[in-house]
Amino acid sequence: MKKIHLTMAAKRARNGYLFILPWFIGFLLFYVRSLFMTVQFSLNELTVPPSGGYELDWVGLGNYITAFTGHGTFKQTLVTSLTNMVIDVPLIIFFSLFVAMLLNGKMKCRGLVRAIFFLPVLLNSEAISSTLSYAAQMMAGGLSSTSAEMAEATASGSAVNMQYFIALFGEIALPTTVLDYIVGAVGRISDIIQASGVQIVLFIAALQSITPSMYEVAKIEGATGYETFWKVTFPMVMPHIITNTIYTIVDAFSQSEVVNLAYTTAFTEGNYGLSSAFSVISSVITCALLALVVWFISKRTFYYN
Amino acid sequence: MQLISKWQEFRNSSRYEDRKGAVVKKSKNLMMTILKIILIVGISYVILSPVIGIISQSFFSDADSANPMVFTIPISPTLERYEGAWQELDYVSTLVSTLVYTIVNTLMQVFICSMVGYGFARFDFPGKKILFACVVVMIVVPSHTIMLPQYMTFRSMELMRSTTPMYILSIFGVGLRSGLFIYIFNQFFRGLPKEIEEAAFVDGANTAYTYFFIMLINAMPAVITVTVFSLVWQYNDMFYAKLFQIPNEALLARQLSTLQSNIGANLKIMNVRIQKLYVNAGVVLVMLPILLIYLVLQKRFVEGVERSGIVG
Repeated sequence: MKKIHLTMAAKRARNGYLFILPWFIGFLLFYVRSLFMTVQFSLNELTVPPSGGYELDWVGLGNYITAFTGHGTFKQTLVTSLTNMVIDVPLIIFFSLFVAMLLNGKMKCRGLVRAIFFLPVLLNSEAISSTLSYAAQMMAGGLSSTSAEMAEATASGSAVNMQYFIALFGEIALPTTVLDYIVGAVGRISDIIQASGVQIVLFIAALQSITPSMYEVAKIEGATGYETFWKVTFPMVMPHIITNTIYTIVDAFSQSEVVNLAYTTAFTEGNYGLSSAFSVISSVITCALLALVVWFISKRTFYYN
Repeated sequence: MQLISKWQEFRNSSRYEDRKGAVVKKSKNLMMTILKIILIVGISYVILSPVIGIISQSFFSDADSANPMVFTIPISPTLERYEGAWQELDYVSTLVSTLVYTIVNTLMQVFICSMVGYGFARFDFPGKKILFACVVVMIVVPSHTIMLPQYMTFRSMELMRSTTPMYILSIFGVGLRSGLFIYIFNQFFRGLPKEIEEAAFVDGANTAYTYFFIMLINAMPAVITVTVFSLVWQYNDMFYAKLFQIPNEALLARQLSTLQSNIGANLKIMNVRIQKLYVNAGVVLVMLPILLIYLVLQKRFVEGVERSGIVG
């Protein structure tokens, strides 16, 4: 048998293929195939006979037409999910950057504080989080009061505060939209904190990777803390803001109402074709949103290396 | 009189200005520190308060839960809730099978994703850029898009109601957020110096040996990071557990989701408020293992994230 002689580069290439082979097989078998099947399902009426397997019945764009014209709640759910995403993502990003800067410096019990901020990630389970939100209400409204009393108490309590702040900011002629946004953000502070555990960890890592000599230079040049943030810290973490934004959007999408709707349409109502159409529509919109955001940020990004 | 003239002398000297500057600076720093502490304590409270609430309520007796005077600290604490939840969760056996499921999946993911990440980081082959773009697509396209075909595929293979589908997905590198893990490993391996491998090559090590015994050891920070993320996400995952209809007895998260109705049916407790107390005890029992695992790995995890170049 004649031995085949490969050049060094060819050998390396072969080894490279060997290393990624398991993933590549899985990617083709379970990912690409599934993506095509989702599109295929969405163009068909799918029935599942009890004997197993499934039968397809071509309906063309029927499912998409139903989604936009016939279905009762899809459009509202989609719009609500997207609006929530658009509102929450910048808040989460800036909040986690802010917290990361707080936690970055040297201080006592840094480990403990970081563990606390990572806690929401540890407890981010569907079953646990519903109990958590119930407990949060309890803590705010007193444990043993009835839910009606509690709702009243929290509502009136927050109403008083909100009214005061709205009046306060109204005095300095802040635009109403901005004011509403801020008021809404304050109201949802707990949700935002819950959703930003991973992002905080990523931003701390990013801040650690900035060379200290940059800050020394800024100090020697006489920059204030404010200037240092905008001229050094912010540009340096800009590439990581992209990573974090992608992560946040995908995370927000996977927990959104529209995904829930697709799930119940498929597995509770048994309308698999329509559910696939929902999935395709919402995924396409999310990906378009991602592409837009990444393009928008990366145009303003400065790459150090 | 002498004192006053001394003071005026000091007041006019340059030392006075220096001292004044130092005092202003010091008090500014102090203010910043206090502000920082207030913020950190405040945010920590928002995160911790529901957890504290759950823990304290899990000790409430029936009387405590009906007494409006009781807040956070129970008057007559009881372990009844834990007994009930322990029994209804079938705690020991469910915990063991959950841990097996979580740890096996994590090991597979660390093994496969590090291999793929290494392949992308260190070898040049035709089509590499396109293939890596596929990894990014895996991160970006939510797994929910392909849930139905995956359900149908494994249903036709008659693998429903078992943990097998998850193992298959993990071993082929398309499991729970595998794309992200491949990305993390790729970034890390790209940051390691090439000289390590060259030295190994000169000493006669082949590629497999170099990878397993040299590169993987050097990639410890990334391995720890991915291990923690994978453990936590796998442990808390409900999406795949529901999709593949993994039986309740196999996963704590699944057991917890039906705990309240089980308590009502099996322990004959109809009062919803008291059922909730049992659920709180159940939540504490489910939280505890993952919390302990995190605390063990925590120090190395934080260092790992900082060194793993996770952020690119």
